[in-house]
Amino acid sequence: MRTITMDRVNTTREKMLDVVKSNTLTHEQKVANMAILADSLLEVLELPEGLSDLLERDITDGQCICDLNEGHAPLRPRYIVPDYAKFMKEGSAFLELPPPSDLYEALNSLLIFYKHVPSVTNFPVYVGQLDVLLDPFVKDVDEATAHKLIRLFFTHMDRTILDSFSHANIGPVPTKAGEIILDVVGELEDAVPNLTMKTDPALTTDDFILRGVKAALHTAKPSFANHPMFTAEFPSGISAGKDAGNYVIASCYNGLPYGGGSYTLSRLILGNIAKRASGIEDFCTKVLPQVCDIMARYMDERIRFIVEDSGFFENNFLAKEGFIRRDRFSAMFGLVGLAEAVNCLLEKEGKKGQRFGHDKEANELGVRIMNIINDFNAAHENKYCEISGGHFLLHAQVGIASDIDVSPGTRIPIGEEPAELRDHLEVLSHFHKYFVSGTGDIFPIDLTVHRNPDYVLDIIRGAFKENLRYLSFYSADSDVIRITGYLVKRSEIDKLEAEQNVKHDTTALGMGAKHNGKILERKVR
Amino acid sequence: MAPVNRIIRFSSVDGPGNRTVVFLQGCNMNCRYCHNPETRALCVHCGDCVDVCPTGALSFSEGFVSYDHTKCIFCDACIKTCRHDASPRIRNLTAEETFPEIEKQLPYIRGVTVSGGECTLYPDYLTALFSLCKEAGLTTLIDTNGTLDFAAYPALLSVTDGVMLDVKSWDSSVHRSVTDTDNADVLRSLSFLAEHGKLEEVRTVVVPGLVDAKYTVRETARVIAPHLSKRPVRYKIIAFRPMGVREAFRSYETPDTALLSSLADIARAEGLSDVIIV
Repeated sequence: MRTITMDRVNTTREKMLDVVKSNTLTHEQKVANMAILADSLLEVLELPEGLSDLLERDITDGQCICDLNEGHAPLRPRYIVPDYAKFMKEGSAFLELPPPSDLYEALNSLLIFYKHVPSVTNFPVYVGQLDVLLDPFVKDVDEATAHKLIRLFFTHMDRTILDSFSHANIGPVPTKAGEIILDVVGELEDAVPNLTMKTDPALTTDDFILRGVKAALHTAKPSFANHPMFTAEFPSGISAGKDAGNYVIASCYNGLPYGGGSYTLSRLILGNIAKRASGIEDFCTKVLPQVCDIMARYMDERIRFIVEDSGFFENNFLAKEGFIRRDRFSAMFGLVGLAEAVNCLLEKEGKKGQRFGHDKEANELGVRIMNIINDFNAAHENKYCEISGGHFLLHAQVGIASDIDVSPGTRIPIGEEPAELRDHLEVLSHFHKYFVSGTGDIFPIDLTVHRNPDYVLDIIRGAFKENLRYLSFYSADSDVIRITGYLVKRSEIDKLEAEQNVKHDTTALGMGAKHNGKILERKVR
Repeated sequence: MAPVNRIIRFSSVDGPGNRTVVFLQGCNMNCRYCHNPETRALCVHCGDCVDVCPTGALSFSEGFVSYDHTKCIFCDACIKTCRHDASPRIRNLTAEETFPEIEKQLPYIRGVTVSGGECTLYPDYLTALFSLCKEAGLTTLIDTNGTLDFAAYPALLSVTDGVMLDVKSWDSSVHRSVTDTDNADVLRSLSFLAEHGKLEEVRTVVVPGLVDAKYTVRETARVIAPHLSKRPVRYKIIAFRPMGVREAFRSYETPDTALLSSLADIARAEGLSDVIIV
């Protein structure tokens, strides 16, 4: 391990003391922050040359690569996606739990298991394909009892998983358990867990989607994932359940292999990378490929450390008991700010009036940039990403609270959305296909749609015909709202702004995004 | 050909699901509470609006106002100036010229609604447009005041999935005071469409002091109820709101919730289950 200066140690110690004394952080948030600061003193990774100039800057000072605070010595993969179906079938020796035999035991076992699933947030980013896991047990009790138990289970999750980067999946096949889950989340209006309905034109009924839309208009979830698209991209391995696919949606909207996960996620800040280029050709042929190469090698090194040095896969019970498999992990090659990059480059070419999301030339440049990144990734090899053909998975990252003038992934900036939703959807249809490990767009919906949820159903059905990947809707007046990918309650942001404690750490991120990302100003559809 | 005032590409309020709505210009009633009076009349080419257009979208030559929709910013300056309840922002389009603007919304819409003005003033256009929509697998709805004698237009009915009909007043003299027209044609359309399973929705606008809403809702519901087995029919009770209404008629009150609920109860008591208040 490399030595560091005493100055840096002292600066970090000051930050640790600030955390200890904080008025607004809860105990759990303080512990997590202390761990991050302690980790920041470690220097064990062999960093690629040129990285520090691209990484160690503020976002307003030209930062080009961001590692999303994963730490200096990653002690676990970023996102872990356990095979909960195996746990239901076999129980766990480490946790001393036999397989559950009824709904009471199933819910209790899951709640125990969640406390043992690590991630970058220290909370489980994936809590299971809950309809498939619970449906066999729901059939053994009367519906009122099932409803009550599942309601308590969801309340328990919201109050103990203190971070809304936590995701449950249902669908594509309608089930009694799936229906109860939708009814319960619609009633509770809680932020945790996030929820996705896998949606397949052949398997998901209109009634089931409409039940989802009605819940979403109350509580901003579920989101809707294009199931045939994801199943084609994750063709092999172990399944989350019959017809549920070999993939999951975890954290914000991340498509990941079931029974595995993602080692790491870094992101390109495309707008700032574009600022370094003299024009479109310089960007496309030199600057962008160089930054991609440095970020990929940085990710390679992080993965090497997790797999070869951290001991995680040798020692953690999840791996030892087969709930995760090392060869079902990949890594996420993320990006933000395509819109800002396109606009910046066109301005450098003297075409200031052309805007991403509106003009053909701008949108085509966006596609060209995406093809460059896609081709780069297809050529870059990592031996520990067997599940994705030895390559990373592209990810349209949703941004972080401190981002300023950075649009998530390939989204059209808030305030510049096309007047017509049809035109907006047309732009998206060119970009969703690239992002196997997730992208998504969010639409606040006018109140009148409460009377006509079929309106949203038609948009979902149409969008998946047009190869869109993932869509989220919420009612313009809901308390629970979707920030960028995760959910936060407006009432909780208000509390935090009044300097009161709030239980979910994501509320602070939502507050940042409200001020820096203008997320309350999205165009209402 | 028909004068097209506007096309709304995605609408959540003009029938089931997501629909494209085509608004045609011109109306044969004169409802006091009309919310878009600028769709009532056809342009007389007086030229008043040309001077107030800030973008040059309107021009005047050889006695005619012409409109360039590519320059229009929809500021409504022309409509506010017009003394004839008309709009210069009209495109005279054939069904074949209109359809491509609907087709752009595929696959996101399930159907098309044509509204107005009074769209049934152009039955041949409707028949041609709906035939094209049907070929594309879209459902077709007419939003009307019910003055057309639908029995005389079997070709139109055969390509129309449903009609959304306004019943403004059951009493003929009240109807005349509200609309300047008799309601015999409207009531004939109500019965005919209900009997033939073509009624999608009926609406009554509630304006206290102007409309006999309780009587109208009860009698209308009684006509619909025996035919509900043919298809479900929604009754929409609409509260009057002054927004968009001509200055002279803005002083009517908005009905209270209790009145609206009692009207919905009347419709339900007659056997209608799908009753909504807006």
